[in-house]
Amino acid sequence: MPLDNVVFWVFAPISVASAIGMLLVRNAIHAALFLVVNFFCLAVFYLLLDAPFLFAVQIIVYAGAIMVLFLFVIMLLGVDSNVPIRERLVVQRPLAFILGAGFVAELALAIRAGVGFSTKAPAVFTANEGGNTQAVAKVLFTQYFFPFEVTSILLLVAAIAAMVLAHRKARAVTQAEIEAIAEDEAEMPMDGAGARP
Amino acid sequence: MVSRDSSLLWLMPALPLLGAAINLFFGKRLGRYAGWLASATVIAAFAVSLGLMSQLLAKPVEDRLFLEHLFSWIDVGRFQVGMDLRLDDLSMTMVLVVTGVGALIHVYAIGYMAGDPRYGRFFAYMNLFVFFMLMLVLGANYLVLYLGWEGVGLCSYLLIGFWSDVPANAEAAKKAFITTRIGDTLMLVGLALIVFRFGTLDFEAIFGSAGGVLTKGAATVIALLLFAGAIGKSAQVPLHVWLPDAMAGPTPVSALIHAATMVTAGVYLVVRSHVLFEVSGVALTVVLVVGLVTAIFAATCAIAQQDIKRVLAYSTISQLGFMFMAAGMRAYAVAMFFLVAHAFYKALMFLGAGSVIHGMHDVQDLREMGGLRRVMPITFVTFLVGALAQAGVPPLAGFFAKDAVLEVAQHTNRDAVYLLGSVAAFLSAFYLGRLLFLTFFSETRSDRARSAHESPPVMWVPLAILAFGVVTAGWLNITPEGRLAGFLESITGVAPQGIGLGALPLAGIAVVLSLTALVVTWWIYGSGRVDWRTFRERLEPFPRAALEGWYVDRAYDTVIVQPAKAGSWIVAYVVDARIIDGLVEGIGAGVRRLADRGRLVQTGFVRSYALAVFLGAVAILVYVGVRL
Amino acid sequence: MRTPVAYYLLLSGILFMLGTVGVLTRKNALLIFMSVELQLNAVNLSLVAFSRLHDDLTGQVLAFFSMVVAAAEVVVGLAIIVAIYRRRRSVDVDDVRELRW
Repeated sequence: MPLDNVVFWVFAPISVASAIGMLLVRNAIHAALFLVVNFFCLAVFYLLLDAPFLFAVQIIVYAGAIMVLFLFVIMLLGVDSNVPIRERLVVQRPLAFILGAGFVAELALAIRAGVGFSTKAPAVFTANEGGNTQAVAKVLFTQYFFPFEVTSILLLVAAIAAMVLAHRKARAVTQAEIEAIAEDEAEMPMDGAGARP
Repeated sequence: MVSRDSSLLWLMPALPLLGAAINLFFGKRLGRYAGWLASATVIAAFAVSLGLMSQLLAKPVEDRLFLEHLFSWIDVGRFQVGMDLRLDDLSMTMVLVVTGVGALIHVYAIGYMAGDPRYGRFFAYMNLFVFFMLMLVLGANYLVLYLGWEGVGLCSYLLIGFWSDVPANAEAAKKAFITTRIGDTLMLVGLALIVFRFGTLDFEAIFGSAGGVLTKGAATVIALLLFAGAIGKSAQVPLHVWLPDAMAGPTPVSALIHAATMVTAGVYLVVRSHVLFEVSGVALTVVLVVGLVTAIFAATCAIAQQDIKRVLAYSTISQLGFMFMAAGMRAYAVAMFFLVAHAFYKALMFLGAGSVIHGMHDVQDLREMGGLRRVMPITFVTFLVGALAQAGVPPLAGFFAKDAVLEVAQHTNRDAVYLLGSVAAFLSAFYLGRLLFLTFFSETRSDRARSAHESPPVMWVPLAILAFGVVTAGWLNITPEGRLAGFLESITGVAPQGIGLGALPLAGIAVVLSLTALVVTWWIYGSGRVDWRTFRERLEPFPRAALEGWYVDRAYDTVIVQPAKAGSWIVAYVVDARIIDGLVEGIGAGVRRLADRGRLVQTGFVRSYALAVFLGAVAILVYVGVRL
Repeated sequence: MRTPVAYYLLLSGILFMLGTVGVLTRKNALLIFMSVELQLNAVNLSLVAFSRLHDDLTGQVLAFFSMVVAAAEVVVGLAIIVAIYRRRRSVDVDDVRELRW
């Protein structure tokens, strides 16, 4: 059996399973960890698809930065405990599953009609001339230069936005607020996702 | 027809119009001069009319016509109506009456209305009335006539309800306007039919071609519709009910509008349109019958009235009936003479009654008067002249008029008309005698009467002038057979002659009837030998019924007014309030309910919204997929 | 490359669906956010697969940019969630119900 086939058929179930796991677990931290597993699998897939650059970027950015950020926030806010099972919108879950299944079915049909289930990618990835990273760089700094610069500004904006949003105004905490905080601490000592009925 | 354009006709209506405008805007500042200004405009108009009359008489009979085209009023396609004035013998007669008697009444009103807070406004309305009346009679086409017709109706409304702080006056004004409106609307339909048939409203064009253009049926319909307007304006049965109530207005108003001029507009209309009536034939009979019925009906009501003005009001209705009788028998010159004579003696009597009321400090009830001849001699004498004239005592003007009407009836083999007309004449002498004797003779029945006083000269001078006119008319042979007939011949044609009893026997019978009535009323009311109060009580319920106008008002109220009120109540409170408003508000309420249900979609749950988005996305994908 | 491209696409679709179900079903705002990231990654996978199929680097570049933007988005989104938590002491999306009837 060809190597990529094997790798694919090993990691595909893992990625699906981890995604399902992410959906099902109650604990937020466990869910985040499952997602990290999923990202790793996806990185492997990128490798399989002759995109080593993205493989690296995926691990560094997604698994390494974004998920770490997520975990920071989860732990900061202390929302990692179990969530009550009671569901208010009764129709939500069944409908979501049905629609999801239908969506996948549609997609399968679209794929069959479009690409076809047996089409294989060309044997040689000519675009990767001179190495994937070099080729990506060449395209990135010439053809897609403008979007590149724009995204850099975007990142700057995002950083500023985060600073602004998280900024706490320095003001005197009123007596009422002190009492409110004390009350909260007494009632519910920072557990759960704060789901008050 | 050869005519001469005159450039002075417009001056006659323009003068009182100017007076009205000045008094309307500056009346307060003019103070007591307002009355003199108003009188001056009418006197000036009268002077102009005299000048024009001399010009008119200087022309040969066939050519006695002045036309004046002021401006083009309506110009639509093939239908043109101009603001045209026409002075011929017929309108000349009317103009002289309106301006002459009008001027005297204006002068009288200076004294009568002195001290009234809205003095200036009163004279503005009076002048406005004269303007509209002149437009009515000077019109050269039906539309200008209708303009004046409606205008005098408006002024009548304004003047009847002049003392508007008393609710009864406002009611009377409304009643007058609405009742005449019925007639006016029918008349308008008649005008529309005329346009339909003739394509024009011009008198020359219509009367010249009427015989050829109209069928008998069409002419009857048109003539009857026009006559309906006359019934309303001239207070004939069944639209007479407004005139007695119109006595709520100041007495000069009653004299001018409801005796001398506005109510005679109906007679003028019939005489002017006589060509149409003659083509029809039936219409003339209707006019005759209506006039006859009205004459008797109103006379019976007059003998039972207790208010001095109401006696005169019913008397006016009755006398107008006589005029229509004459017109219905094709004796148009007789009708016009009656109109002129009546204007004089009725105005005289109304002004005299005003003088009595003034002297009695605004008391109008006959039962409280008596013996006033001693304290108000001038009023007494002039009133006596007027009353005798109407009663038909020769050689006063009224004698010739009434005698002529009855004579025509007798000569044309209308014996029933002659008999019933004579009955009406007897009754009219009766109620006049009653009025005379109760007011000026018999014992003084109240303190007010004892302390009554004569009126100031500004009031009795017009009375004297009118009395003079009444007396001299007969002497000057301005009679139906005499000059007046010749004068009007160009318009009216010759009155039907026929044969019957001679002039002298007929006159004799008429005079005997009148004198008998006067003697009887002297016996009952003036001599003090009969207790007329118990006499009246013993005759009940007839006096009561006659007093109430034989309950016609009550009947109208039950049959027409109350159902109309009920109908409008239904429309207002059921149809409008419940159905229409319900519909409108129902739509609003329905939208509200819909929105109330609809807003439940906004649950606030982000997840539901996300689900909805996803649902939509899937649906679109399915659609696209199916299509491909 | 011996596996048919369609398999990658199908896998991407399944992952996307799982991400959507997560978005619709979870109540914790952070978990919803993580599901959104799953969705984005699924799309990235399909982009790279198509890039391989068509012998064109555009797909990879697009996926690259998608990652960058996703990073920025996560930063801002988490800052918002933190701000909301500070006000309400809860990250349950069901509690943010003010925009209701």
